[in-house]
Amino acid sequence: MSLWEYANPVKFIRTTDKVLPWVWVLCAATLGTGLIWGFFFTPDDFRMGSTVKIIYIHVPSALMAINAWLMMLVASLIWIVRRHHVSALAARAAAPVGAVMTLIALVTGAFWGQPMWGTWWEWDPRLTSFLILFLFYLGYIALWEAIENDDTAADLTSILCLVGSVFAILSRYAVHFWNQGLHQGATFSLDKEENISDVFWYPAVLSMVGFGRLFVALGFFRTQTEIRARLTRALLAREGQM
Amino acid sequence: MPVLGKYSLEVLGSYGVTLTLLVLIVAFSLRRARKVRLALEEVESRRVANG
Repeated sequence: MSLWEYANPVKFIRTTDKVLPWVWVLCAATLGTGLIWGFFFTPDDFRMGSTVKIIYIHVPSALMAINAWLMMLVASLIWIVRRHHVSALAARAAAPVGAVMTLIALVTGAFWGQPMWGTWWEWDPRLTSFLILFLFYLGYIALWEAIENDDTAADLTSILCLVGSVFAILSRYAVHFWNQGLHQGATFSLDKEENISDVFWYPAVLSMVGFGRLFVALGFFRTQTEIRARLTRALLAREGQM
Repeated sequence: MPVLGKYSLEVLGSYGVTLTLLVLIVAFSLRRARKVRLALEEVESRRVANG
């Protein structure tokens, strides 16, 4: 069986219909457990106090903000190379979810930054590249809405996605490129010495998995909707020609 | 409810905004899915009726 079989809209809808309920259940279980564990059952940090609880939403949303764009990049490349409509529609479906994740990361970052840095906002490399990524998301969504022809919209948004990928990557690695911002480096590390304490680590990992599953569930669901919307437009266009 | 001390506004604000935005994106996705489904059904039933 080839992965490209799922480029068939009917096959995609049929398969995701079977998978989606399980993804929703797993998403609710992991996200719910991670957030409840993190919020109610973890101690305060000795330096950051109770603001450490923001880690369970800030880090997973920031992670998904970047990963959503990378998923859109892969889907856009598939569209450019192989012209599979489902991949273009999957990228379109993922964009609002990615935008919401980016907005959550920005807002929770501001809430966290205020007591820790003494400011809601700073033109720090990571913060600025995240703001630009958010603007790219808005531009990407607006471009899809502005162009009537689906194929032209898919072409132009794919190009925009390629350009925006620079900022998606920058927002991940900005801290390493320019060592002059307020934002700290990676919170999580595979090195046990550098990583945060297990008491914060386990619920944070659960929250990250939960956010990831939420993105997958919403991505599948919204792609189904985009496929149906495209089919409706095609049928209406055919009606108009008759 | 955990004791959040002097940072309660920041912590509760963060969770409040996050949960609101997540609920909104899910609700918006469900609403659009319903609207699109109805529109598709209407077009398809018209096609069947017109032969």
